[in-house]
Amino acid sequence: MDRLFRNAHRVLTTLGLLLLAVSPSSAQAQRAITVASTTSTEQSGLFKHLLPKFTGSTGIEVKVVALGTGQALDIGRRGDADVVFVHDKEAEEKFVADGFGVKRHEVMYNDFVVVGPKSDPAGVAGKDIQAGLRRIAAVKAPFVSRGDRSGTHAAELRFWRDAGLNLEAIKGDWYKEIGQGMGPALNTASAASAYLLSDRGTWLVFKNRGDLAILVEGDERMFNQYGVMLVNPARHPHVKAADGQRFVDWLVSGEGQKTIAEYRVNGEQLFFPNAGAAERL
Amino acid sequence: MMQATVAETFAKLWTLDKEVLAIAWLSLRVSISAVVLGSAIGIPAGAMVAITTFPGRNGVTAVLNAFMGLPAVVVGLVVYLLLSRSGPIGTLGLLFTPTAMIFAQTILVTPLIAALTRQMIEDADRELGEQLRSMRLSVGQRARTLVVDARFSLVVAVLAAFGRAVSEVGAVLVVGGNIDGHTRTMTTAISLETQKGDLPLALSLGFVLMALVIVVNALASLLRSYAMRTYG
Amino acid sequence: MTAVLPITVRDLSFRPGGRIVLDRLDATITSAGITALIGPNGAGKSVTLRIIDGLLQPDDGTIRFGNRLPQDVRRALVFQRPGLLRASIARNVALALVPWKLSRQAIAERVDQALVAVGLAHRADEAARRLSGGEQQRLALARAWVTEPELLLLDEPTASLDPGATEEIERLIVRMARNGTKVVLVSHNLGQVARLAEDIIVISRGQAVEHGPARRILSAPRSAEAQAYIKGELPWIAFSETRTACSQP
Repeated sequence: MDRLFRNAHRVLTTLGLLLLAVSPSSAQAQRAITVASTTSTEQSGLFKHLLPKFTGSTGIEVKVVALGTGQALDIGRRGDADVVFVHDKEAEEKFVADGFGVKRHEVMYNDFVVVGPKSDPAGVAGKDIQAGLRRIAAVKAPFVSRGDRSGTHAAELRFWRDAGLNLEAIKGDWYKEIGQGMGPALNTASAASAYLLSDRGTWLVFKNRGDLAILVEGDERMFNQYGVMLVNPARHPHVKAADGQRFVDWLVSGEGQKTIAEYRVNGEQLFFPNAGAAERL
Repeated sequence: MMQATVAETFAKLWTLDKEVLAIAWLSLRVSISAVVLGSAIGIPAGAMVAITTFPGRNGVTAVLNAFMGLPAVVVGLVVYLLLSRSGPIGTLGLLFTPTAMIFAQTILVTPLIAALTRQMIEDADRELGEQLRSMRLSVGQRARTLVVDARFSLVVAVLAAFGRAVSEVGAVLVVGGNIDGHTRTMTTAISLETQKGDLPLALSLGFVLMALVIVVNALASLLRSYAMRTYG
Repeated sequence: MTAVLPITVRDLSFRPGGRIVLDRLDATITSAGITALIGPNGAGKSVTLRIIDGLLQPDDGTIRFGNRLPQDVRRALVFQRPGLLRASIARNVALALVPWKLSRQAIAERVDQALVAVGLAHRADEAARRLSGGEQQRLALARAWVTEPELLLLDEPTASLDPGATEEIERLIVRMARNGTKVVLVSHNLGQVARLAEDIIVISRGQAVEHGPARRILSAPRSAEAQAYIKGELPWIAFSETRTACSQP
């Protein structure tokens, strides 16, 4: 044992190098692309359903880095991902306009819902998001906001604005910004019996509901559009343009769209494919 | 509901779910590598600072001690900026890989190991230094002799560094990206599953992590008593 | 042995942090037998010994060994207690050979010889830190032995030992002196000095105040400091003949 210790230096470095080498994912032989997407998309389980089909067809592996929309776009700007797949139309269009993305393709939409305590103290239940928000503001019912530059957060801010409410002016203790993702926001809302704007996907797989339930749904204004873009190889030459473009093309192709529609959670369809709809207009 | 969660947790553990194993193995691989590299750098560095005098030695010691408590997220952020394609060493394409995670955790644990080593070797030098100098050992020979003599305390320090590495989430999350099947460690998985509200998986991973940390600490204790018994 | 004589110490000064510990100390050692350095605490005996060993560097002054430079002289220094590794006795003795870069075989042979000489060979693999005080000092002497020193320096080697262990260590020191090693010994134990030393240097307040044959110094010291010190250590002494050393080469 003593001799081992005396040669420890050599033993350690050898061990270290061995461990680095014997890594399953240092199999660079496999073709792979990096896709920056959002936590809500990943947490809905869509990728687990979608990606194996793509890899099966093309042999290209897809590594998903899931963050908020703001962060995902940032990663695209830095060239750390090959494809960006998020749900914030304004930000996506700016991304392309600034030269970071090649072209924006619409892929699918899901919708937002407002969840809250079953007892609905603010009386928001119904089909009108703006009316609901006005009621919540009026009674200062507890409301949880993601506050994290995500697509959901951006949508939430838009709804307040379009409802004619100046959020900065009326904010108070009742409005809780937590700066985190959909899951923690749901956890917080559940614990505090508060209202919350959530995407349907995360809500469906969320298991810690407490006394929360869907109160406002079906308002067309709450449809959440997803777009996909190839990161611009002119800006970042190392981007895997060919394989990335194949992923983009597959998502909007018949096969990709069908696979999206087939994804079910608890028997319900979560995402509604609508590629080419905008282009057809 | 708590009971159902706990039951599911044990079911997952009992069947040694393949996903849990893969995640645990990645955590181990990343943190062990980081600690091995960190020791290869930190132990000699700490030992040399301990037994040599040079201008600014007090400053170096203070910096080492301060960096012992580097916040993991800060390290993660810095490494992320370094490895990003838009960053200085981005051409290596290492972001979002286990290698990046090992790199970040190595930066995290090396100052810790170096600072602890410096302290222990300084104490050892107080006891043995004059004897070693009188025998005309060179600086390098003295450093090596003291490190070998303090081996049990140093191993305990290394185990502590491992505990720190395997439990942290800030660095590996930022530089690894928590990619399913590639860079998901126990800690990033726990944070993800908790966010999703999938507590049984989070808890089972949590138990594995805790068991690991307990085993490592038990090892440290055993080593200590073995040393006392054998060498006095 | 004579290859190191005479040991010429000239103008040796040592002023750590401004404090004067050695103040232009002069001494010339020509005897082939054991030289003892005695004197009150803080006189500078241990510092002088360490400077002769080369462990400390003086601020001023020179040391010559014959006409050789100090770095060419093989010296070994034995402390009151040895610094011991958490390892076996053999490993602790082998430590002294680390700078020599010998083969593992050569080291093992020399260590074995040294352990035989000090009577620890049958315990070579035991943990060194569990040894008694006397055994640890034997280990220290084995360390010195294994480097075949031309000059052996000892700083109060038996101060923490009982009389039995002291006698063992003294026997080993005498043996090494007889083998041709020049020995310089710092000791408070005047009985030991009387037994072993051929000549004595009395050091007081950083200077060598007296140097002469052991018997003469102990029975009829000339300097006031020497008289005060010896009287202080042996209050009953009336400066008459004491037992002479039996270490004539």
